[in-house]
Amino acid sequence: MNTYYYDHCASSPMPQTVIDTMSELMKLHYANPSSLHKSGVDAMKLVDRARASVAERMGAKPEEVLFTSGGTESNNLAIKGLLGKTARSAKHAIVSSVEHASVYECAKQLEAEGAIELTVLPVDSAGKVDPKDVAAAIRKETAIVSVMHVNNETGAIQPIEEIARIVRKHPHVRFHVDGVQAIGKVPFRWSGSGIDLYTGSAHKFGGPKGIGFLLAKEGIELAPLLSGGSQENGMRSGTLNVPAIVAMSQALRLSMEKMDARRETMYALRKRLLELVADIPELLVNGVSAVDEAMETAPHVVNLSYPGMRPEVIIHMLEREGIYVSTQSACSSKSLKPSRVLMAMGHNADRSSGSIRISFGDEHGMRDIEVLGAKLRSVVAGLKPLERTGK
Amino acid sequence: MNYELVLVRFGEIVIKGRNRNRFETMLLTQIRMALKPFEKLEFVRSYARVYIRLNGESYDRVAERLKDIFGIMSFSPVIGSELELEQIRENSLQLIRNLSVPPKTFKVSVNRGWKQYPHNSIEMNHLVGSHVLRNTPDLKVDVRRPDVELKVDIQKDLAYIYCEVVKGAGGFPLGMNGKAMLLLSGGIDSPVAGWMAMRKGLKIEAVHFHSYPFTSEQAKDKVVALARRLAYYGGKIKLHLVPFTEVQTKLAQSGHDSLIITLMRRSMLRIAERLAEQNDALAVVTGDSLGQVASQTLGSMNVIGRAGSLPLLRPLVMMDKQDIIDCAERIGTYDTSILPYEDCCTLFVPKSPAINPNLNIVERAEAIMGAELERLIDEAVQGTEVVVLKDGGADVEASDRERQEDAWF
Repeated sequence: MNTYYYDHCASSPMPQTVIDTMSELMKLHYANPSSLHKSGVDAMKLVDRARASVAERMGAKPEEVLFTSGGTESNNLAIKGLLGKTARSAKHAIVSSVEHASVYECAKQLEAEGAIELTVLPVDSAGKVDPKDVAAAIRKETAIVSVMHVNNETGAIQPIEEIARIVRKHPHVRFHVDGVQAIGKVPFRWSGSGIDLYTGSAHKFGGPKGIGFLLAKEGIELAPLLSGGSQENGMRSGTLNVPAIVAMSQALRLSMEKMDARRETMYALRKRLLELVADIPELLVNGVSAVDEAMETAPHVVNLSYPGMRPEVIIHMLEREGIYVSTQSACSSKSLKPSRVLMAMGHNADRSSGSIRISFGDEHGMRDIEVLGAKLRSVVAGLKPLERTGK
Repeated sequence: MNYELVLVRFGEIVIKGRNRNRFETMLLTQIRMALKPFEKLEFVRSYARVYIRLNGESYDRVAERLKDIFGIMSFSPVIGSELELEQIRENSLQLIRNLSVPPKTFKVSVNRGWKQYPHNSIEMNHLVGSHVLRNTPDLKVDVRRPDVELKVDIQKDLAYIYCEVVKGAGGFPLGMNGKAMLLLSGGIDSPVAGWMAMRKGLKIEAVHFHSYPFTSEQAKDKVVALARRLAYYGGKIKLHLVPFTEVQTKLAQSGHDSLIITLMRRSMLRIAERLAEQNDALAVVTGDSLGQVASQTLGSMNVIGRAGSLPLLRPLVMMDKQDIIDCAERIGTYDTSILPYEDCCTLFVPKSPAINPNLNIVERAEAIMGAELERLIDEAVQGTEVVVLKDGGADVEASDRERQEDAWF
């Protein structure tokens, strides 16, 4: 049976060249890049080159790139690190209600500890933050605003340029953007963006797991989450993971080089999938659903709900057909709670609990989408008699 | 405003009488080399100046590069106008209107290079000036000290109109005044000294003394980066990497702690002069600045300088540190210079170096080491590695390594 992996938002396959690079580096450059001897220096040169390459692809300066263990750490470092360095009086944070858990729960934790006051911004039915709400929420003690670039459940693109313009009017406020789902999918250039901190994670764009980066504007100081050997300018201790760092920089280049073509292909796929889903009345599209507005969200995500049907049933039914998709986001898929993101968009608990997320990658073509549409149709038809009607 | 031409005026070389032709050819070659990436440019040479036809290349980017070429006094973005009077008047007006800072006063200077033109230059001054004046509110004529001088040069093919004059780097074309060895340490001063020497028309070969294992590989990389930056100004730089460890260890054991720096500097100078001889250089350039450190007091300069016989050129000798730093920032070497790797001069530094070393004692100390020191200096000269660095490009060794690694990036 052919299998179809439609869970690229959760993690993406690594291209063979990136796997080769990583294994060659593991074999050849095992030295600690902080060591003074030649082997260490050579390893550090590779890190420097990777840093320059990541910087170039993102439109940043090399010294603005900080290597971390991935998206979760970058988001935690951005928020906790920044608040750890701001004045005692500046203890207010603003996040959107649809942030990834590593931003949302991080901010909630700080709030629960009494370290900050937190404002959670609402979103509209398409899952978007209104920049006016950001403007209204900023106070004189606000230290940070964190709004993601692309939502990991629905693919909604947040108006980060406009929010950046608003935040820039308040020199005491820093703007963090979680870009994990945007990189390689939505055009973005760091320089001139007005953003202070930007999170990236390698395994979402064809790199290995366990590595990511945080772009931090020159002059920003972050209190480290980890105490240790003061790597990365003292902001992120821990031996630099040379093979993963180089592999990430290569994956980023490969991903960026194909971005234009990928966007074109994926938007066509997304549009076709919306057309196919429109013929299955049981399935509701969350976020932008109109076929002719298919390009208003990120190209690689479609979020559906089957109200009255537990999502894991659909997942497992599709899995039997060789199709892999997620409920909500991969991180929260094992909980039975309704999706926080969909609830924030104004959907009821029924619809919010039953969502499935389909996210494609470079290996998918139109034929794959036709297969997906057909399988969705047959799975839904098979489940129809089992619907829980007592609403 | 779209400029079609850049008028480049040559600097000090015009004073050089008979040799003028050679020097202009030299400068023109260097301008062509530096502007090679701009493929569409055409060069038209004239007396003490050259016209660069932009043919669609960006004036701003060409100007950015021109600013760093030695021997250029100034340059101007120029409009090439049809010869009809109305065209000249209209183009002149547009030029004035498009200036980033609107002038309050102006004057017109027309030069009729092509004498068949129906109006002479005095008539033309009036014809052009009155048109600009009539159509520009708040602009006045001031023939003595105008904010802007609008120049119109009438030639047979076109009239060249310009008013902006951008200052060039000045100096002489590179190599016009011969060749010198630059002692390049990796600090802030020596790259600036090198730049100044180059600006005065000296071709430079850099000499760096390294003391592995007392200094690290990174210290060498830093010097390579600095030399490469100088190559941006000089097209190509030969870097001599002298293994200095043996000499330095020998000197450290001489028993004259406070004189180590003096002794080291004298040996460096001897080695540099030997390399100068091998490479037909006629001077040694250093980054010394009077009184900055113990080895740069007048007393030290005297004792150190006596170890050699070539002219010792010290472009920074009378400059303040802050001015040197400003210059380093301007020429783009500062950020590299302040990287924290030790060079060989910062090692073996005694607690209290002599600021007024005694020549007799120094010479006696060297005499005791005698043949042994000579041998070590010979070995250092023989063991010297040479790398040729190009502007922006990688040196051969590094590029080999990077090429191998390219597959990973």
